[in-house]
Amino acid sequence: MSIEEHPGRTETRHDVRVTVNGVPRTATVPARRLLSDFLRHDLALTGTHVGCEHGVCGACTVLVDGRPIRSCLQFAVMHDGAEITTVEGCTRPDGELGPVQRAFRDCHGLQCGFCTPGFVTTITAYLDEHPRPSATEAREAISGNLCRCTGYQSIVDSVLRAAEIRSDQGDGRGETPQ
Amino acid sequence: MKPSAFAYHRPGTVDEAVATLAGVGDDGKVLAGGQSLVPMLNMRLAAPAHLVDVNRVDGLDEVRVVDDGAGASVRVGAAARHTDVEHDAEVAAVLPLLRQALEHVAHPTIRNRGTTVGSLVHADPAAELNAVLALLGGSVTLRSTTGSRVVNASELVTGPMQTCLRPDELATEAAFPVPQGHTGTAWTEVSRRAGDYAVCGVGVLVTVDDELRVRSARAAYVSMGPVPEVLDLTEPVAGIAAGGARPDEWAAAGRLATARLEPDDDIHATAAYRGHLAGVLTARAARAAAERAVARAGDTTGAST
Amino acid sequence: MTTRTVGEPIARREDPRLLTGQGRYLDDIGHDALAAAFVRSPHAHARIVDVDVTDALDVDGLVAIYTHEDLPGRVGEPLPVLIPHAALTEPRTPYALARDEVNHVGEAVVMVVATGRDVAEDVCERIRVEYDFLPPVVGIESSRDAAALVHDDVPGNVSAHLVQEVGDARAAVDAAPHVVELDLEIERSASTPLEGKGVHARWDADDRSLRVYTSTQASTSVRAAVAAKLELPPDRVEVIAPDVGGGFGVKIVHPWPEEVLVPWAAIRLGREVKWTEDRREHFVSAAHERGQLQHVRAGFDDDGRVLGLDVTFWHDNGAYTPYGIIVPIVTSTQLLGPYKPGAYRVEFSSLYTNTVTVTPYRGAGRPQGCFAMERTMDAIAAELGLDRTVVRERNFIQPDEMPYDHGLTFQDGRPLIYDSGDFPATLAKLRKLVGWDEFETYRDQARAQGRRVGIGIGCYVEGTGVGPYEGGFVKVETDGTVVVATGLTTQGQGHQTVFAQVVADELGVGVDRVAVTTGDTRRFGYAVGTFASRAAVMSGNAVALAARRVREKALRVAGEALEADPRDLEIVDGEVRVKGTPGATIPLTTVAVLSNPLRYAFDAETERATQFASPGDPDQPPVADDDEPGLQGTDYYSPPRSTFANGMHAAIVETDPETAEISILRYCVVHDCGTLLNPRLVEGQIHGGVAQGVGGALYERMVYDDAGQLVNASFMDFLMPYATEVPAIEIDHLQTPSPLNPLGVKGAGEAGVIPVSAVLAAAIEDAEGIRVTRMPMSPSELHHLRERSTNEEGPRR
Repeated sequence: MSIEEHPGRTETRHDVRVTVNGVPRTATVPARRLLSDFLRHDLALTGTHVGCEHGVCGACTVLVDGRPIRSCLQFAVMHDGAEITTVEGCTRPDGELGPVQRAFRDCHGLQCGFCTPGFVTTITAYLDEHPRPSATEAREAISGNLCRCTGYQSIVDSVLRAAEIRSDQGDGRGETPQ
Repeated sequence: MKPSAFAYHRPGTVDEAVATLAGVGDDGKVLAGGQSLVPMLNMRLAAPAHLVDVNRVDGLDEVRVVDDGAGASVRVGAAARHTDVEHDAEVAAVLPLLRQALEHVAHPTIRNRGTTVGSLVHADPAAELNAVLALLGGSVTLRSTTGSRVVNASELVTGPMQTCLRPDELATEAAFPVPQGHTGTAWTEVSRRAGDYAVCGVGVLVTVDDELRVRSARAAYVSMGPVPEVLDLTEPVAGIAAGGARPDEWAAAGRLATARLEPDDDIHATAAYRGHLAGVLTARAARAAAERAVARAGDTTGAST
Repeated sequence: MTTRTVGEPIARREDPRLLTGQGRYLDDIGHDALAAAFVRSPHAHARIVDVDVTDALDVDGLVAIYTHEDLPGRVGEPLPVLIPHAALTEPRTPYALARDEVNHVGEAVVMVVATGRDVAEDVCERIRVEYDFLPPVVGIESSRDAAALVHDDVPGNVSAHLVQEVGDARAAVDAAPHVVELDLEIERSASTPLEGKGVHARWDADDRSLRVYTSTQASTSVRAAVAAKLELPPDRVEVIAPDVGGGFGVKIVHPWPEEVLVPWAAIRLGREVKWTEDRREHFVSAAHERGQLQHVRAGFDDDGRVLGLDVTFWHDNGAYTPYGIIVPIVTSTQLLGPYKPGAYRVEFSSLYTNTVTVTPYRGAGRPQGCFAMERTMDAIAAELGLDRTVVRERNFIQPDEMPYDHGLTFQDGRPLIYDSGDFPATLAKLRKLVGWDEFETYRDQARAQGRRVGIGIGCYVEGTGVGPYEGGFVKVETDGTVVVATGLTTQGQGHQTVFAQVVADELGVGVDRVAVTTGDTRRFGYAVGTFASRAAVMSGNAVALAARRVREKALRVAGEALEADPRDLEIVDGEVRVKGTPGATIPLTTVAVLSNPLRYAFDAETERATQFASPGDPDQPPVADDDEPGLQGTDYYSPPRSTFANGMHAAIVETDPETAEISILRYCVVHDCGTLLNPRLVEGQIHGGVAQGVGGALYERMVYDDAGQLVNASFMDFLMPYATEVPAIEIDHLQTPSPLNPLGVKGAGEAGVIPVSAVLAAAIEDAEGIRVTRMPMSPSELHHLRERSTNEEGPRR
């Protein structure tokens, strides 16, 4: 392919409108903009992290229409119109730590914090479906996310603790804006 | 690791989708879940000039159980996620093998987005669903502007990551036939980490007769060759008591698998180890499938009396 | 008294920010910066013939393309050898951009700057580099054979050769009643933090100053390196480590090529430039570690006491030696663990290969040394039919022998002298924790169910807190905030919490009042860095000493205000008070105001303080000769030598008799890092270390083909453990405080990883009855080990 034919020369840009953490947001981006980069750089929501860009580490996990997905394996343009929740949206409406975030603090579920956003979003969605996991289930719930610091033990504890916190507060569902 | 630029197309109907594919020719690629394609794009191992996003094509996200007279089958549309298939109660009731295998496909987050049909046409030799489709004798419907055709599993995959799809064709649906008779299935695999591609994986379908003796047994394998390998295991296990057979009786099926399969080395395992595993896992899966067949036969009998 | 927080498992100060997406990691900075990307060598060993950029020039968004010939002055010179050593006779370092030759896949050849990373990669794709191939040297054996050379002026591929000997070890082995001989191998792994490296640079042309953010473990040293390379006055260069997404060693190396090139390009272009390393780049252009071949001969008596130990090993240092030979030196000295080896001789060769450079990864040579020593202990026990813990016990250095001088030179160039530790007590705790004495009963029960289980143990001693120094700055603001700064960096260890705990206790204030900054040259200029399990020891003690200075001044100033002898004062909950005299108090905030004779009433606290202000002696300067304004202090901690932590691990594994899958049923740790500043954080460090150890023992390896291609350079195929692969970890602590520092602490950062390969090798060996001499071990390898063992028909050892 010669340089003149390269679509990069005349790369089309697309308007992408999404609702992130309850707030409507718009940006105009090329089709190849990954959803992770769109959130981080076009919308300046840098809580979503990028650890591998091939879908293995899980740091970039966000909730799209309530389901956790790898944002590094999606193009933003595919999600025009979607409802997205990022780690920034896992707080309580008053900005205080949400149940999963509190649990991580209580249990020392994070060290460097780089993988943490992907765990927080994944666990938030998991507990919506499985409010009372066992320790084994808690470990399985986080088994698609890599952490290099914690050895996972405190993250497993955090899942169980988050379930307790949510249970103490009612079902805790109302705390994630959708 | 950022993908090359591409032109993005988002058809709303199958007709539009196939028209777009026909228009872009060899330089187009269908984008569904993206779980296999986007890593390759990010690493620039692939750089199609056009991506045709089928996620919003009308009617492609359905998972149905259809009985068209020739037998029941589970039909999965091109935009249906693994999760949708895995958690469909009706599918689990008629064809538990799908869930048994899907639980081994990567991790739940990947299954939330990855599509069953996308996995089939990606044709990775380690992909569980291709082996399931092959084991059940299933098929995939391919549409283009010139019409549609149904290709069965053995025709679909022509090599590792290679299929019979033409560039202008869209795989719209997969059909997984529900096996007839008293059947049981099992999927078992060994992977390095939970959720990784299998070092060796096997799905087994056992059919028992009314005396609960093995009538037939078939197995399909992943990571044991360039394409899904299907073996008829009936000969060494025919007639054995499906519910109470000794381990060594099932081991005969395993020996057959070890003898027949010709896996390759890779960085995670040697061919010899894979062959050995195939034997072990075949015996284990066959035994589990047979026990389920017995249980299901019991259920059926119970229901009919 | 203010409640002491040191020793308490308090929650981390940094967490609310990191948990809500408010962390600021390198790639979170500079959204409008230009993006850098690199054309990296696709070949392991080649000469660069030509770089052709013609096809790339008309890509929209291209800003600049640089090759080595564009690099001026010192930017174009080879990168420094950070830690020279007399034995490192042939040091070699790369150029920031390769000049004539590339020596590993991934070496940077061309730098591209563009409006975005995607466009920069488009440009890279269109640049054609023509290479003349040279024969690649891959693997220790091929390097040792030296049929081909990595650097044609380095004979035998040997960068360094070192012998240390105490006594006549070879004679002692030869004369011993029993001898074991082992050939051992450990493969490569890597730090692999979830965040790769990254650099952002901004040049302020008006101010003639440069600000560099870099994901580093050593910001002050990066500053020195950048200033030297770019020939800028160091005081015009600021280097800041923002939140760093893990380091584990790889980010201690400096300057990385990009840490020179990105600032250089930012100045040259007058634009912000950022480079964010992607995962593929991290695999092929950062650093690896661990690869060694070892030959061990040990002579011992009938009781299993080692009389002589003779170790030779070959260390794969990759393509270059920017970090010197720290790793093999650590292996050679820390190999001894808690044992007295009798006579000891160790000899190593550090070898070049056409693979990614080797620099320290958590443990830094200790896991390999521990593997050699512990495999030897197990072999001795097997030879004599003795319990493995008994053999270890008989070789332990005893508590009453502390401090114990091995007669060797450690990594810091100082004598290898253990300061403290109670090894028999540690072992006793571990035996109890894991149920060592009950294991045979458990094994019998498992066997009856057709299951195969085994138990293994491993002991280590870790030199921690190497010097030369760290410093601390502590300042009490007039609003009561205590500002603390130390120069070393943080990658998740919780320094903002533990240093706050130390300072809070020293000053008698609540920990919530203490705000800690690390790794920012604007806040603290002199520092060494975070590595070698040194942060708690070095900066922990430095901030404690600085806080003591502040406390001393606070008591003096308060004493003047309260007309009391400072020796009668105490600080409780942020108030200075006269002991035993209720009501005679002055808030620390007021003392802070009084400490500064310039008292513009900017806040209520300053107004309030007026009542305490004495008129002052009109004949004396407002700030005395030996004083300074403000309630602040700076101090440094510089230890005479390292302090030695120790620990012992045990694991119970199950191996599937059919599939050869290996599962860890239990993993137990007894750990002694002296005084625990925050037990929860120490346990977190151990958990993480063990998990990396499990990775290195059972999952991770760097698979190079004969051409020098790293064929598993992705998270798909480099098998970092998920939660499903890491066992629950049971921990017990022993606290024998270090006599060397005021806090009594020893380092804890690396400990968890050190013995894991040794422990799991021992447990697998115990389960299988087959000697294990190389790690990592996959099920496929265990399967073949079984086949070989069966085919050899010899007695299973």
